[in-house]
Amino acid sequence: MRSDAIVVSRRAVLAGSGALIFSFASTSRLSAQQQSPPNPGGAPPAPPPLPGSLSKTPFLDSWIRIDADGAITIFTGKAELGQGIKTALLQIAAEQLDADLDKLKLIAADTARTPDEQYTAGSHSLQDSGTAILNAAAQVRALLIAAAATRAGIPAEQMKTEHAAVVAPDGRRFGYGELVAAEMLHVQASAQSPLKDPKAYQVMDRSVQRIDIPAKVTGGAAYVQDLRPPDMAHGRVVRPPSYSAQLAGVDTGAIEKMPGVLKIVRDGNFLAVIAEREFQAIQAMRALAAAARWQETAKLPNAADLPAVVTGLAARDITDLDRHDPGGGAATALTALTALTASYTRPYLSHGSIGPSCAVAQLKDDALTVWTHTQGVFPDRAAIAEMLHMPPDKVRCIQTEGSGCYGHNGADDAAGDAALLASALPGRPVRVQWMREQEHAWEPYGPAMVAKVKASLDAGGRISDWDYEVWSNTHSMRPGTAGSLLAARHLASPFPQPEPKPIPMPEGDGDRNSIPIYKIPTARVIYHFLPAMPVRVSALRGLGAHVNVFAIESFMDELAASIGADPVEFRLKHLDDPRAREVISTAAERFGWSEKWRRVPGRGYGFAFARYKNLAAYCAIACEVEVERSTGRARMVRAVAAVDSGQVVNPDGIANQIEGAIMQSMSWTLYESVTFDDTRITSIDWASYPILRFADVPDEVAVHIIDRPGTPFLGSGEAGQGPTAAAVANAIADATGHRFRDLPISRERIKAAIGV
Amino acid sequence: MVKLNVNGRAEEVDADPRTPLLYVLRGDLKLNAAKFGCGLGQCGACTVLVNGEPVFSCVTPVALLEGKQITTLEGLGTVDKPAPIQRAFIAEQAAQCGYCIPGMMMRAQALLQKNPRASDADIRAWLEPNLCRCGTHMRILRAVRRAAEMMQTAQAGDAR
Amino acid sequence: MRAVRSILVLCLLLALAAGIYVFVAWRPAIAPIAPPSAGGFDAALVQRGATLAAIGDCAVCHTAPGGRVLAGGLALPTPFGTVFSTNITPDAETGIGGWSEAAFQRAMRQGIRRDGAYLYPAFPYDHFTLVTDDDDRALYAYLMTRQPVHATAPANTLPFPLNVRLVMFGWDLLFLHQGPYRADAAQNETWNRGAYLAEGLGHCGACHTPRNVLGAEKTGRKFAGGEAEGWTAYALNSSSPAPVRWNAPALDHYLGQGWDELHGVARGPMAPVTEDLHAAPPDDVRAIAVYVATQIGEPAAPPQPLERHAQKQAGRGKAAAAASADSQAVTIGAGATTGGGDGALIYAAACAGCHEGPRALPYGGIDLALSSGISGPSAKNLANVVLYGLPAAAGARSPIMPGFAAAMDDAQLAALAAYLRGHFSDKGPWRDVDESVREARSAQTAPVVNHAPAAPSDPTQRTTHGETQR
Repeated sequence: MRSDAIVVSRRAVLAGSGALIFSFASTSRLSAQQQSPPNPGGAPPAPPPLPGSLSKTPFLDSWIRIDADGAITIFTGKAELGQGIKTALLQIAAEQLDADLDKLKLIAADTARTPDEQYTAGSHSLQDSGTAILNAAAQVRALLIAAAATRAGIPAEQMKTEHAAVVAPDGRRFGYGELVAAEMLHVQASAQSPLKDPKAYQVMDRSVQRIDIPAKVTGGAAYVQDLRPPDMAHGRVVRPPSYSAQLAGVDTGAIEKMPGVLKIVRDGNFLAVIAEREFQAIQAMRALAAAARWQETAKLPNAADLPAVVTGLAARDITDLDRHDPGGGAATALTALTALTASYTRPYLSHGSIGPSCAVAQLKDDALTVWTHTQGVFPDRAAIAEMLHMPPDKVRCIQTEGSGCYGHNGADDAAGDAALLASALPGRPVRVQWMREQEHAWEPYGPAMVAKVKASLDAGGRISDWDYEVWSNTHSMRPGTAGSLLAARHLASPFPQPEPKPIPMPEGDGDRNSIPIYKIPTARVIYHFLPAMPVRVSALRGLGAHVNVFAIESFMDELAASIGADPVEFRLKHLDDPRAREVISTAAERFGWSEKWRRVPGRGYGFAFARYKNLAAYCAIACEVEVERSTGRARMVRAVAAVDSGQVVNPDGIANQIEGAIMQSMSWTLYESVTFDDTRITSIDWASYPILRFADVPDEVAVHIIDRPGTPFLGSGEAGQGPTAAAVANAIADATGHRFRDLPISRERIKAAIGV
Repeated sequence: MVKLNVNGRAEEVDADPRTPLLYVLRGDLKLNAAKFGCGLGQCGACTVLVNGEPVFSCVTPVALLEGKQITTLEGLGTVDKPAPIQRAFIAEQAAQCGYCIPGMMMRAQALLQKNPRASDADIRAWLEPNLCRCGTHMRILRAVRRAAEMMQTAQAGDAR
Repeated sequence: MRAVRSILVLCLLLALAAGIYVFVAWRPAIAPIAPPSAGGFDAALVQRGATLAAIGDCAVCHTAPGGRVLAGGLALPTPFGTVFSTNITPDAETGIGGWSEAAFQRAMRQGIRRDGAYLYPAFPYDHFTLVTDDDDRALYAYLMTRQPVHATAPANTLPFPLNVRLVMFGWDLLFLHQGPYRADAAQNETWNRGAYLAEGLGHCGACHTPRNVLGAEKTGRKFAGGEAEGWTAYALNSSSPAPVRWNAPALDHYLGQGWDELHGVARGPMAPVTEDLHAAPPDDVRAIAVYVATQIGEPAAPPQPLERHAQKQAGRGKAAAAASADSQAVTIGAGATTGGGDGALIYAAACAGCHEGPRALPYGGIDLALSSGISGPSAKNLANVVLYGLPAAAGARSPIMPGFAAAMDDAQLAALAAYLRGHFSDKGPWRDVDESVREARSAQTAPVVNHAPAAPSDPTQRTTHGETQR
């Protein structure tokens, strides 16, 4: 599904480069394999693979185009999601090309123009795309120098580049535009690139301001919601009231006569209206919704006991870890001091994108164009083409930014809706905007999960035995096939929903971060993969790491408490990795963890640590939480995070992501749960699905970044979700003396536990 | 036809008077800043100013607005000549996806116009009706504080 | 000479009268004690005290906005000046940490402070006097085990002679009928429990009974309607303006959950009351509901608005409308703009989307035919709600209504109010709409957040009063 990075080359390229802006890379087992020496005396070794996404898209001009007038365009298959990737990639290109950043143009994620880099997900963007552009740009620069050298009759080594020109020692300038001949860049990349020395960096490794922010704060057109092609019509879908509702009938006569209504589309359970003006479409949609009669069936599970529902579903067990340390095992049977067990749960969580999903589509001369904020234009294109029975090369998906998605939200489905409506009104662009209630009710949620831990401590206060089980649906139901699109499943001839599959380790999905990073001689981890999905689910930021880290880090505190150990010391006792130790010590020290005498009654301290996927960024968080006794209301007062993202590229970018993760995960932990009765999702707006507001924002949040120049990049965008949840839970336990294991840790739950 | 005063300009729009201001701003006047977030007055992404006070443009029908001064983010400044609040948000890089930011800025602008010396507690309480899902809250608060300082300095400069 | 002697005699008599007055009125101080240790109170007693404090809403008045709980400092505007609530945390210096149980009981029963000074009836001791000794003991245990906070309330702003506390003796003589509550033998246990709670700790009459020129509740006009903080507290007797008459189950649901399907969401000063009652024992809430329902009595005529409402429900296809498609789905023709002028257009444009939509309470907008805000004695409550809405609760599910203070000017609000009154109620037009609107806007009646704790997500809530929602 993902294009794996070819890590050896990347490492060789990056070891000393420190080039990439957002450290979203992750290492994989592949790298270990490819580090092994070439076989001695056997067949000649295979040529080394191309770095990053170049392996799949090897031609240089797939990534970089230089026009005769000197205009430079960079192409990427990755999408801007608000994480600043556009700026990052342009920094890389600007640096390696020696061109001014503000003169570069970036084309992102367009099935007609850019490489196929599948999804912008899993914190892989810089590893895949950044690496490709880094190398392609360097190689293009080399070609330009060579061309100038030929023209000037001067050896290439004597030429310099600056401001998109090759400069000869005698001062003659050759602009890139004049150097580029017909097919000069239409060559395949080589495995090695003449990269710039990181010590000479002028653009990379800096907190460069994001190029997209000025437009966003001055009313520039920045989002798919801002598109206004000429002759555009407005569509609205009337979604069913529940997953399995059947449209029994709808009298559309009166609605067809409403002002501005162009067409009503009805195909099975798919019902929609297209009108000239947006408000006309909204009014027609409301009338259509009121006129529609649905047959509903009570099919949703029992929300009152969701953990039992989850653990009761049929499971396919995957053993992620089964480690027996004979040395440790013998001793523990005799000396096991404490055995503890606990279960941790979370409900379904909503992405809750602030801007409901939107897409614009146009069918013209048998060709369909869709502007969408999907994370994956190529898979979305495949799904849409299949749904409409069109050849894929007749469908073009162009990624255009939406609001933060935090994973798989309604974006792909909205694209499917727009495609259908555009097909019903050929020639005219049709814009489909989801309503707030539709986004809340129909987006695929982060799955409800249960984790169960059991562990023993030996006489020395160390964990001797660890047993971990986690129950979860898949965290990935992204498009590829038509059946992944809502509209396609609602048609009279519906497409079947694809088979859910777990993402294999070492990345994992429900089992992401389920393997404890601590030194434990005997440990088992079982992933109870649950294929049945009574509630619609898919990827939400962090995937299973949110619950697994919440569970593991809460349990570490419970273990520590059982022997009166300090939570931070207890963790350090079980870690050898110096980077993990440093992140933990830094967070604790900067927070003032040992200064317990400073504590105010009613407040508690909490600590948590994790390494995302056990491969990516290290993140430790210490926080102080206040619990109001009379209401049970918990509020984070301050938080201190320490992050090790490997080679730092843009410190401000990392800080932004970690701050955001703390706010968002705090909101998940304290307030959020999707609600439903036996038939319908009932949390359909911000009144019924409250999230963090300014009243509960902490007083201070500090992020300390530990820079590791020369080391691989470690993806940081999702690293804060798990540790935040556990740190908050641990702080509340410290403040109240009560341990909460079921998310959300709501004020009602706290109040019920603490009494008066 | 509905007559509106938007960013100091008289506009005449052929819209049903029941149309919420948001759709007129975006659809008829092609202004991008005010966003559709919920249409229910719950999130503030659509916030604009009417006679200097913040309103949810998604639930404010244009029928109510004849004769009133409507100000959108576009009316405060441009990329080339940004207003203090815009400069502050850029300087603090106070955005992740940025979708909620125009609403935040307009809401904050209303406060600072009335009370440039607003305290941190005032700013926090004032921004309560606006949601941010990316978790940019700390930066938003810093940016508003910074804008307040900029406006106070400007005032002091004018006063001399 | 005679004149001088007369004046002298008069002065002597006045002095004598004053002396007698002071002699009779004076109350001794009760010696302060060392703050009792929290561990010295029985846990069950403290628990009972907590539930009683919830019914009495102690924290609501004794907490300033943004201040520490029970530490006082809330400004209570009265026609005579502003009184500030005091610190009732067990802080020795600034709270009631030095009060013995006897001192506390005296304050509740007689309205006298520990040091012997008279309390002002902004603290409704004229109601709390009904609380039994046992319940006072429980309240004392609860208060003494709270977090002590060092905080002094601002000084009251009462003019002379009202700032001389001794004048309250006269007021008490006229208007304080010392308790405790005596059961009415003609009524059952539930009714008596409800009466005890409502008249005592609940102090419902403090808002819901009109007051005389001396600021006391008018005798003989119990529950005839009153005022609180810029809001009308509706009559809870036979003059109740609710379009659908309150009965015990409706009151029970409203008081305990903060909303009722046929009456709306608790707002204004009732929001914190229902929030507190949500934590009270359900039996107690039911008892209060039973008692108040008997005060309201049976309806004189068949419930017209209820029938009209039911018809609207059916015609709208409310049951079928997709809540997930749009909470504002509206049948064509609803909220017609023809006729009715400005007010009608404003309603259709700004209100009908939610208030004629299919979303059930507490999150959906109430059908305005059911709203007391429109059938009530003045436009005041309606103006408050329209101007300031219902704000979002921090981190809790709650109905959210946007406010229109900035979008609507006074003329538009007045036109809307007049239209709603004419269109949705059978009563004649309001007088003084303009004044109500002006007052509401200038009072900046800060909306109190309501949490509507029982979300419809609870499957048992999908059906209310026996009706199905599907």
